[in-house]
Amino acid sequence: MIRSKRDQRIGFAIVIPGFILLGIFVYGFIGWTLAVSFSGWEGILPNWDFMGLKNFISLFHSERFRIDLLNTFFFSILFLGFCVVLGFTLAMLLDKITGGEAIFRNIFLFPLAISFVVTGVVWRWIFNPTVGINALIKNLFGINIAWGWFTETKSFLGFNYALIPVVIAAGWQLTGYVMAMVLAGIRAIPIEVIESASIDGAGEFRKMTDIIIPIIKPVLFASLIILGHISLKIFDLVYTMTGSGTAFVTDFPSMYMFETTFQGHFYAEGSGISIIMLLLVAVVIVPYLYSVLKKEKA
Amino acid sequence: MIAVQNVNPLRAYFKKKKLGIYLLLIFFSIFFLLPVYVLIVTGLKSFKEVGLSNMWSIPLHATIAAFEKAFSKLAPHFINSLIITVPATLISALLGSLNGYILSKWKFKGANVIFVLILFGMFIPYQSVLIPLVQFMQVIGLYGKLGGLVLVHSIYGIPITTLIFRNYYAEVPDELLEAAYLDGQGILGVYRYIIFPISMPAFLVVFIWQFTNIWNEFLFAVTITQSPEQQPLTVALRNLAGSQIVEWNVQMAGAFLAAVPTLIIYVLLGKFFIRGLLAGSVKG
Repeated sequence: MIRSKRDQRIGFAIVIPGFILLGIFVYGFIGWTLAVSFSGWEGILPNWDFMGLKNFISLFHSERFRIDLLNTFFFSILFLGFCVVLGFTLAMLLDKITGGEAIFRNIFLFPLAISFVVTGVVWRWIFNPTVGINALIKNLFGINIAWGWFTETKSFLGFNYALIPVVIAAGWQLTGYVMAMVLAGIRAIPIEVIESASIDGAGEFRKMTDIIIPIIKPVLFASLIILGHISLKIFDLVYTMTGSGTAFVTDFPSMYMFETTFQGHFYAEGSGISIIMLLLVAVVIVPYLYSVLKKEKA
Repeated sequence: MIAVQNVNPLRAYFKKKKLGIYLLLIFFSIFFLLPVYVLIVTGLKSFKEVGLSNMWSIPLHATIAAFEKAFSKLAPHFINSLIITVPATLISALLGSLNGYILSKWKFKGANVIFVLILFGMFIPYQSVLIPLVQFMQVIGLYGKLGGLVLVHSIYGIPITTLIFRNYYAEVPDELLEAAYLDGQGILGVYRYIIFPISMPAFLVVFIWQFTNIWNEFLFAVTITQSPEQQPLTVALRNLAGSQIVEWNVQMAGAFLAAVPTLIIYVLLGKFFIRGLLAGSVKG
């Protein structure tokens, strides 16, 4: 397409203010946060003394931060597993039916339109040890359950059982995402491919393992990345549903960051946590963006 | 010998009607609808009825008193959320449309690099910009103000809106633009007469996506607003639910009311919502 130099310049002029603004608000502010994380700013007033890696070193010596990282690790694994297994199952089931497909699809998807805060309020009630699920089981079966759910302080090899209700609530909200991605992936498979497999005598299970899963692998991978970076940042849900919990059983870096920064005014420590969160997300997202955009060019 | 396999009529019927699949789907539906049941049933109870023994049962004397109470507490915050969400949705959509147009049809040198840099902005944990953001807002006098949240959501909305529009415009054939261009339209004329009029589906996707996300957002809302009068709905709801004095029935009614606007949008325009959802995985 022939384009005049003048129009090209106008085009550039249209978008550049937005880019600069975003550049400041994303990269400028990240740089600023990084600078704070190297500083000695531990109070209302800024203190720009250069402290090197001191804030990071003390974070890694902090018991709370160690628990936070472990919680993030276990939460991410369980949450991803929950969403992928259930989301994939739901998509396969929906693909088999015609009548009522839209109703079921919407039942599984509507939680995505709801705020994490609403989700937190409801599931906090459902897993409340006195009025929630325990009361339901007692009313139905007369069995007394002493399990504390998200207030449970027991753990196994560093895994806090209190995380289970949080995984269920987050999975309830985001399983539909995997389902939608997988359904879109399945529907993009040409019908002839599936049919020819049927003619070749492949059963349902073989069709799933040999045809559908290999074809939708990129879609599954993409949804893992998206959900993975959500789980590394999880905040609203935990803040509303459980808080940090006794002995930090349901604490996450985001909670630590929020409290220490905005309630404790330990800005240097708070920015240190933010930078570590950013690095964790970058490890997941940067290679993904790189691979997606390289493919686009090719 | 008589062959006995595959003659069970019940099993054959099940298989034909796919009853097993439907039973599984119904089972999972119960899980997904459980919170909705809890919200409605508890919200419709009077405070007297919210007792331990009948927490999960259907209200005997249904009343909307809890909904009224929750509404009177949350109504000002509904307005706050609207004041934030509507302008921020419109601004970020318009910016995204222009960016998407230039980045797909008027690629300048380095355009792809800029696109990737923009895109990264939608994945960052916002914690990593929060401290400078608060300071910046204080300096420009928007800290604690609804206008501050409009600004924040307009800017941090740019990556996703740019992505959706860029993918949408990439499908528009260059010849269409070429014709208008040869007719003497410049870059802006092509946008106005060719691109903008065919952009409505993409605008719809972006509007719905941005409205839902900004309405539901919590982290910026809780850090940037200070006084209770300025709080958007999510913050007010969390405070309502966090206080020990407020009864369960009012909390549940409040949570239900807070979810209604985005749920209505989902029910009416779910197809476009899902398109936004899928676009978030970058490939679109």
